[in-house]
Amino acid sequence: MKELSEYEIVIEPGRGIDQYWRDLWHYRELFYFLAWRDILVRYKQTVIGIAWSIIRPFLTMIVFTIVFGKLAKLESGGTPYPILVFVAMLPWQFFANALSESSNSLVGNANMLSKVYFPRFILPASSIIIGLVDFLISFVILLLLMIWYQFIPDWKVLTLPLFLLLALMAALGFGLWMAALNVKYRDFRYIVPFIVQFGLYISPVGFSSGIVPGEWRFLYSINPMVGVIDGFRWALLGGEVQFYWPGFLLSIALTLLIFAFGIWYFRKTERTFADVI
Amino acid sequence: MSTVIKVNDLGKKYILNHQKQERYIALRDVIAQSVKKWGARITNPLAGRDEIDLTREEFWALKDISFEIKQGERVGIIGRNGAGKSTLLKVLSRITEPTTGRIALRGRVASLLEVGTGFHPELTGRENIYLNGAILGMTRSEINKKFDEIVEFAEVEKFLDTPVKRYSSGMYVRLAFAVAAHLEPEILIVDEVLAVGDAQFQKKCLGKMKDVGKEGRTVLFVSHNLTAIRTLCTRAILLRQGMIIADETAAQAVSKYMGDIRVNMLFREWTDENTAPQNTSTVLKKVFICDDNGKQIEELYTDTAFNVAIEFKVKEEGASAGLTLLFYDDENNIVFSSINNHEVNWYGRPMPVGVYKSFCKIPSNLFNNGWFSLSINLFGKGFTDSQMTHDTLRFEILDGLHVRGDYYGEYAGVIRPLLEWNTTSLKTKELL
Repeated sequence: MKELSEYEIVIEPGRGIDQYWRDLWHYRELFYFLAWRDILVRYKQTVIGIAWSIIRPFLTMIVFTIVFGKLAKLESGGTPYPILVFVAMLPWQFFANALSESSNSLVGNANMLSKVYFPRFILPASSIIIGLVDFLISFVILLLLMIWYQFIPDWKVLTLPLFLLLALMAALGFGLWMAALNVKYRDFRYIVPFIVQFGLYISPVGFSSGIVPGEWRFLYSINPMVGVIDGFRWALLGGEVQFYWPGFLLSIALTLLIFAFGIWYFRKTERTFADVI
Repeated sequence: MSTVIKVNDLGKKYILNHQKQERYIALRDVIAQSVKKWGARITNPLAGRDEIDLTREEFWALKDISFEIKQGERVGIIGRNGAGKSTLLKVLSRITEPTTGRIALRGRVASLLEVGTGFHPELTGRENIYLNGAILGMTRSEINKKFDEIVEFAEVEKFLDTPVKRYSSGMYVRLAFAVAAHLEPEILIVDEVLAVGDAQFQKKCLGKMKDVGKEGRTVLFVSHNLTAIRTLCTRAILLRQGMIIADETAAQAVSKYMGDIRVNMLFREWTDENTAPQNTSTVLKKVFICDDNGKQIEELYTDTAFNVAIEFKVKEEGASAGLTLLFYDDENNIVFSSINNHEVNWYGRPMPVGVYKSFCKIPSNLFNNGWFSLSINLFGKGFTDSQMTHDTLRFEILDGLHVRGDYYGEYAGVIRPLLEWNTTSLKTKELL
């Protein structure tokens, strides 16, 4: 006869934050397996597999370089325009992918939601990993570009993970919120692609945020991706980029707020997912 | 023996939305509705604020459920469709939250409400074993340890590295069950999964579940297969309309359930259109069993031909109403179904608003004797907008003596058609 483990569960209406985080830890391997599944499936179903995560940002970079750099002749502050664009392309693509994947993660796994228990947080969280993989692959392209232009970053490149973390928090916070809303109101599956498309133009991807007039710069930083992209440029492109502190602090504060709100809203609605999906 | 599951005053309430038949809510509908409500308030400010919203109805899927289960017990949960069995399992396995009450569980819980949850068709058998194992709550080292056993149990050695989308449905189910069967939880919650796979595999599964119980683990098992409940379970809980009717030995509860389902119900009428079974365009009014003249029949014999009459109202001009009848035996196996798409007068044509009556003729010598129930599925144009109503009628088919001839024993099977037999002599003794 087996000994009973002391693991005890109490189910009550509206219960259990402490139990929830304990479960999250218990199910950490599910997190890993779901991310692994997404990656496997992605590369099994596509013909050229991994190349997708290279071609997309690369083509966008070329187009932006031509449109903003050559046709509009925007100021790049001395950096080669392709690098200026690509350095911003990286966090932007990551944010856009992570946001789309996480906001679809619940509806895309509806069957799991209604048949098995696990902390629902795992689904949107694990769906972000594939965005991270794409990010790393594109990063290799950036390195090649930098070698091509003989551009050497200094020590500041070590701060890069911090800015990536900021992008991740913004994407996850927003993604959790969208995912939860998507369960109840399916309209949100049209809203997210719109946000992503729109965001590309209101974030400083194709141009340097230095060209935004000074009096508008603080307001412009309400978009949390402004802080992230500026941070990436600062970390990778070195001294030629001026760092705009007030805007950056605003971006950080807003990102933290979005992240906290996302988790709060997700936790609040999570218990009804299986009933409404 | 210690108590491992303790349930106190458990209740689960759902809000039914009568008006909407869509599968999900769109934000635009919510906005449109609130605008409408505001409009009504502005144009008619004196109308009562506390008017009851007729489109929303509370429905208690479970109410006042209390029981205790001790370690090592194998408990069956039985009841008709819609009695709350699945809701109870969902609440126990934490998929959905209860509205009232409290459950305390001691030990690791694994629930198996469906085989192969999370299986991905593109992934290989090997990959799916790991993925599904993790979804069911196993750690990687546990799966590694059990891997060979799982593969052997599922009999899929040769196809381990083939994507499961190329598996036959039998292989798929075997693999899925094998993963689940090798979970080692202290409490196992199982819903009707044995209804899949071939007979031999079902036997294997039942055996496995019995072993699980012998190892001191607790099993909760929902099934319509009463034989499985009787042989597998030590105890059974009978639910009716969300409440516990009986909680005793499996044999006693099963026989009580049999009494529950063995009541003739040859006539149904819904007088209140709001609560009657309906889809967006059609609402049921009456369903009954009658002869060819429309006169109700009280007793049915194996050799009686009868009609199922369905009266329904079309609420929307030009709607098209379709009907499917599904007949079940008393172990909830489906006997046959019939769709009215061969009906010549109205099927597929736009129907003006009004009341209609359909007859479905059931020939004599079709059913074996025994208890049967009828479910009706209403559907709209193109087989969409369907609404299933279970247990609309229940009836016993009595033995029609004069077709038996000189045989007085039981006929095996759920149907008993009177087939034509013919014997001719090929060679007689004189010709040999």
